Amino acid sequence: MTYHVLSLLVEDKPGLLTRVAGLFARRGFNIRSLAVGTTEVTGLSRITVVVEVEGLPLEQITKQLNKLINVLKIVELDPSSSVQREHMLVKVRVDNSTRSPILEAANLFRARVVDVATDSLVIEVTGDTAKVEALLRVLEPYGIKEIAQSGLLAIGRGSKSISERVLKN
Amino acid sequence: MTTELTPVPSPTATAGGTAKKNDPPMLTGSGAILASLEKLGITDVFGLPGGAIMPFYDELMASTAIRHILVRHEQGAGHAAEGYAAASGRLGVCIATSGPGATNLVTAIADAHMDSVPMLAITGQVFSTSMGTDAFQEVDITGITMPITKHSFLVTDPADVPAVIAAAVHIATTGRPGPVLVDVTKDAQQKFAPFIWPPKVDLPGYRPVTKAHGKQIQAAAQMIVESRKPVLYVGGGVIRSGAHRELLAFAEKTGAPVVTTLMARGAFPDSHRQNLGMPGMHGTVPSVLALQESDLLIALGSRFDDRVTGKVSEFAPGAKVIHIDIDPAEIGKIRHADVPIVGDAREVLLDLLPAFEAAAAQTAPDIGDWWKRLETLRSQYPLGYVDDPDDGLLAPQAVIEAIGRISGPEAVYAAGVGQHQMWAAQFIKYERPNSWLNSGGAGTMGYAIPAAMGAKVAQPERLVWAIDGDGCFQMTNQELATCTINDIPIKVAIINNSSLGMVRQWQTLFYDGRHSFTDLETGSKRAGEETRMIPDFVKMADAYGALGIRVTKPEEIEPAIRLAIETNDRPVVIDFIVSRDAMVWPMVPQGVGNSSVEYARDHAPDWYEE
Repeated sequence: MTYHVLSLLVEDKPGLLTRVAGLFARRGFNIRSLAVGTTEVTGLSRITVVVEVEGLPLEQITKQLNKLINVLKIVELDPSSSVQREHMLVKVRVDNSTRSPILEAANLFRARVVDVATDSLVIEVTGDTAKVEALLRVLEPYGIKEIAQSGLLAIGRGSKSISERVLKN
Repeated sequence: MTTELTPVPSPTATAGGTAKKNDPPMLTGSGAILASLEKLGITDVFGLPGGAIMPFYDELMASTAIRHILVRHEQGAGHAAEGYAAASGRLGVCIATSGPGATNLVTAIADAHMDSVPMLAITGQVFSTSMGTDAFQEVDITGITMPITKHSFLVTDPADVPAVIAAAVHIATTGRPGPVLVDVTKDAQQKFAPFIWPPKVDLPGYRPVTKAHGKQIQAAAQMIVESRKPVLYVGGGVIRSGAHRELLAFAEKTGAPVVTTLMARGAFPDSHRQNLGMPGMHGTVPSVLALQESDLLIALGSRFDDRVTGKVSEFAPGAKVIHIDIDPAEIGKIRHADVPIVGDAREVLLDLLPAFEAAAAQTAPDIGDWWKRLETLRSQYPLGYVDDPDDGLLAPQAVIEAIGRISGPEAVYAAGVGQHQMWAAQFIKYERPNSWLNSGGAGTMGYAIPAAMGAKVAQPERLVWAIDGDGCFQMTNQELATCTINDIPIKVAIINNSSLGMVRQWQTLFYDGRHSFTDLETGSKRAGEETRMIPDFVKMADAYGALGIRVTKPEEIEPAIRLAIETNDRPVVIDFIVSRDAMVWPMVPQGVGNSSVEYARDHAPDWYEE
């Protein structure tokens, strides 16, 4: 399955997220992750969505999204020309014998320990999807108690910004 | 119906003598809805009041510019707005209260969405302070209609009303038309705000492209002159765009055959030599096979619907495609377009004609052999039917053909959904756009009566027929009361085969004749045989103050139609008792390629041999 990262610049209107998410569900497009937040422009939000599709249907997705009145712009962000990051908090089971190797693993991944208890640690990690998945594979044998993960965030490399041309019009 | 008692604030407090001369007038949200509609030139609306829309109805009562037609069911208001829009090309407006009033509009909104009908639906909503509490008659109608509207608005502040109504009308009527819903809370209807007109409408995410790219036009023109077997595959977009004149000019210049889909009947005159008729599941053999054998489809405002294509992988296998549509999402959705052209059908045709002439000056098109083949198909496989059914009842096709022949091309014909709809598409000759109204995409039974009513309101000078089935008629006939009371004299022809005819046809053909729950017991099973008629449509017409006529013999058909046409002081309902065994032919069974078209039962035409 191929993943595509789409960045949507949208007007911050009530029900906007429902419109976008509903469209994906209705047309049978699978969402792998979704992240929403404000932007540098008041009244505009940005939705970063990772969709699972091959070839042609992607064009159909962007065309359908473009029909939503509150969607101003859609760009596909290619991994080679953009920075892509996920953020994850993971709670791992620890005891005296496993604490050290877990901390070591966290260090290797440049992850941070943000909560310590006698029988658990919460580790915070930021990185691309591959890095986050790799850390999880390392931690799994120790016993993962809980995961909280953000959707993928992505931004194009270089000086151009997604809102530039939209705001000029 | 329960209504909340909320004191209406006095306007003098805000709009009294202290107001400066140039200050905008203070209006309630309701007053602002009405004033906005009037400013936008709306003259007719269809609706039914209830608790959450009462403030607006109180304002509406005083309007002299807007005629409100009180329907008997909100679905009727929705389809009436559709019929109004489809017959006239103007915006259709329907109004309902919150909760069930709003949900009763849903079918009509979905219908308008599928068939790109410009429609504005205004609904009342409970007080903004009660929203989300499961208040009496509260439903999330903007949420419910999200997938079936072009856009929707929820208004909780009266100051937003003018801009929202103006934006809603703009969105509904431009680009690919469609339904827009505006849900207004009761407090927003009651509170006062300055009424500023024209309002600032800011829709940065909505810029429909109407003018096509020059390069694409050139590429299309070149492809057309090189084609040996072109077909103009014309869809409803040509009618919505008002491109029929430009289509006629372009078709005559190219000499290419034209097929008009169910939504495009009337976009190109049926009497024209180049018109091969309707394509698709129940299309004419020449039309279906022209698409199949074509080397170039010029798709104009059509969307490769499954009822046209049959099995997509086997559809028009040798054809390249020029796809012209105002909605970019339609291009390439079902079938790859070799030349995609995003634009308004009319504007594109205006550009394409000179481009074609220029290209044809270099490369002379040669479609002589193509026409020989098509003329052979046309003479071998004309549309036809069995005139004397075995059961001794009327042939439904003969009834419909007679209605069309006697009423002529200036009349408007609205159909329900099913066999009668297909026969009305096949056997009435359409010469002008907007004369054929039907529920094409959604297939909504019950469309005909309210749509005919809406059409008659839009065009009172025209003869308007509802050609309905006995099943369809029982879904929305309550609007006959609306027609009688409001002096909207539509003519209704019930093609009464006492069954859900199209389902029965499929049961006969594909379910071993097991007629599971399709007998409606409204007509007759055999000539002379006593059958229950529940309800008796003639008595029903009488009860509604309409003229009811029953026709059982061929010689009664024409006099009944003439009497209906002459009777204009009330609606007319003719109950035509027709054969239940009549079937719609030709037919392409579902799920197979269009080359499997059957001219009549178990009778396939000869396949073209190269």
